[in-house]
Amino acid sequence: MPEIKEYLFGKTLAELTEIAGTLDLPKYTGGQLAYWLYKTDIDSFDGMTNVSKKTRNILAEHYDVGVQAPVNVQESTDGTKKYLFRAGSGKFIEAAYIPDGKRHTLCVSSQVGCKMGCLFCMTGKQGFQGHLTTGEILNQLRSIPERKEMTNVVYMGMGEPFDNLDAVMKSLEILTAEYGFAISVRKVTVSTIGIVPAMRVFLEKSKCNLAVSLHTPFDEERRRLMPIQNVYPLKDVVETIREFDIGKYRRVSFEYIMFKEVNDTRRHVNELARVLNKVKSRINLIRFHPIPGTPLLGSDEAAIADFQQALNDKGIVTTLRASRGQDIDAACGLLSTKELVKAQTLE
Amino acid sequence: MKRNLNLNKVKVSRQTEIAPGVFVLSFPRPWDFSAGQVLGIGTHATDEARLYSIASGELDDEVDVLYSINPGGKLTPWLSKIVTGDNIWVSEPFGSFTGTDDPAWWIASGTGIAPFSAMFRSGLTAGKKLIHGGRDLNSFYFNKDFSGFFKEKYVRCCSRDSAEGIYDGRITKYLSELPQLPANEKYYLCGSAEMVVEVRDILIEKGIPFDNIISEIYF
Ligand SMILES: Cc1cc2nc3c(=O)[nH]c(=O)nc-3n(C[C@H](O)[C@H](O)[C@H](O)COP(=O)(O)OP(=O)(O)OC[C@H]3O[C@@H](n4cnc5c(N)ncnc54)[C@H](O)[C@@H]3O)c2cc1C
Ligand code: SF4
Repeated sequence: MPEIKEYLFGKTLAELTEIAGTLDLPKYTGGQLAYWLYKTDIDSFDGMTNVSKKTRNILAEHYDVGVQAPVNVQESTDGTKKYLFRAGSGKFIEAAYIPDGKRHTLCVSSQVGCKMGCLFCMTGKQGFQGHLTTGEILNQLRSIPERKEMTNVVYMGMGEPFDNLDAVMKSLEILTAEYGFAISVRKVTVSTIGIVPAMRVFLEKSKCNLAVSLHTPFDEERRRLMPIQNVYPLKDVVETIREFDIGKYRRVSFEYIMFKEVNDTRRHVNELARVLNKVKSRINLIRFHPIPGTPLLGSDEAAIADFQQALNDKGIVTTLRASRGQDIDAACGLLSTKELVKAQTLE
Repeated sequence: MKRNLNLNKVKVSRQTEIAPGVFVLSFPRPWDFSAGQVLGIGTHATDEARLYSIASGELDDEVDVLYSINPGGKLTPWLSKIVTGDNIWVSEPFGSFTGTDDPAWWIASGTGIAPFSAMFRSGLTAGKKLIHGGRDLNSFYFNKDFSGFFKEKYVRCCSRDSAEGIYDGRITKYLSELPQLPANEKYYLCGSAEMVVEVRDILIEKGIPFDNIISEIYF
């Protein structure tokens, strides 16, 4: 079996510089590596033309570049593409590329499956198979043909980013740093169900946008939809956001999937206004895409329009997210690689 | 800036290995709590705490925590070495996976039995049925207490071993085979994400309104 070497892709500039030091290479090799890894398309040491042959040989002895092409792609009639990547043996993840005029968004995964068990989510049904490394998170951007067009990156694919905090924080650094992909922090959004201690670390260390899955402002209802509510209730999530006053420095939004006769009433509008009082934020309404065996139904269009209007009337900026990629199961809450995981286990 | 749970030092009064790699750790109770709540545990005051359900009763003098070692983990290998008189750092209790007097099914996998142990030891037992899933016969923690009290309303589902009085198979198989489940009772699920998600699907398929299903996942 070929020897598995550590990957360089996914290392920060500081780590690359340290590696160069350990291998007795010139200090500037770290910067050169960051350039080739994050600013170009090359996927082997041979392509790193401004690195001396000797240095390339030393690097290749100890490391692999670690960029991996997707193993499959599906395209929706609306132009959305769903990319499938391998993430370790027998494990797969998906990323969704969503073009929309001048805006090109990549929705990346942070874990294989998820542990959080939200009632409405296909990834939750898959269970948890593992954390992604920093390299595996960033590879979803690096290895797709649309990479250069990408204007926005959202961490809304498979997994709860703050349950894989270290890898996600490192990926945010590389994504937004000048030496890395140099995407503006204003164009990167991390979505969470609200794991408060990890969210605090993110708020303190990163300037990227935050999206919180809210889905109902009532405790009793929320804990039926999202078990996390029993541990970190919405009240604590909102208080933390207030404490950081983050609306001033970055965009904070609350995601709200519309479930018919569950969370789409006037009672919910009023409570949302109360709970989000003085939190500078917006609400993104999302149509529910039913998953197999779910007891939930999506609200009808009239109810959604009504709800949006009522929230806007209360002074809460509320938008409705367009459903994209539904025909290829790339829409919000539909990503899952459970069947592939099962098939590999049976092989 | 507050990054972690606030942790305070407590002195451990006892630690017992009740099954291979599974421990009950106790310390004098410093606060009131509601059965079903969790606390954070760390190795020092500013540690990134891990969460544990309290397994003891609301009025017990000591707080018990039931945990299993995660061999590559940060906290549990350290915790397992703790002996009487050593210090650990714990948060105040919090969380809302708490018990009530209403009839309910308590369904747990592995150490997910802990909050139900707390509810049991706090006297919230009326109208309860307890189903516990485990890999081998050592996995049914506190089984002597439960079987003495619940009798046939205590079901142990064992996926690897078989023995008399123990259901042969996983919880999911046991529940799937039941012809009917009461739709108006509450179902409390606690343990791994896999168990919670699979059991919840089965309950919903059998006609239990999702409003009656309350879950705690050990993520
Ligand atoms: C609500 C709840 C109740 C729980 N109750 C119990 C119980 O009663 N008994 C029991 O045996 N286990 C329980 N657990 C699991 C427990 O919290 C630990 O995950 C487990 O004991 C392994 O800890 P470890 O440090 O040894 O392993 P590790 O692998 O080091 O950590 C395991 C978990 O800690 C979390 N984590 C990772 N990094 C960080 C970080 N930087 N900051 C904060 N958290 C991080 C992640 O969720 C990870 O899965 C519970 C979990 C939750 C969420
Ligand atoms: S909604 Fe997010 S946190 Fe919840 S189960 Fe799905 S992926 Fe996990």
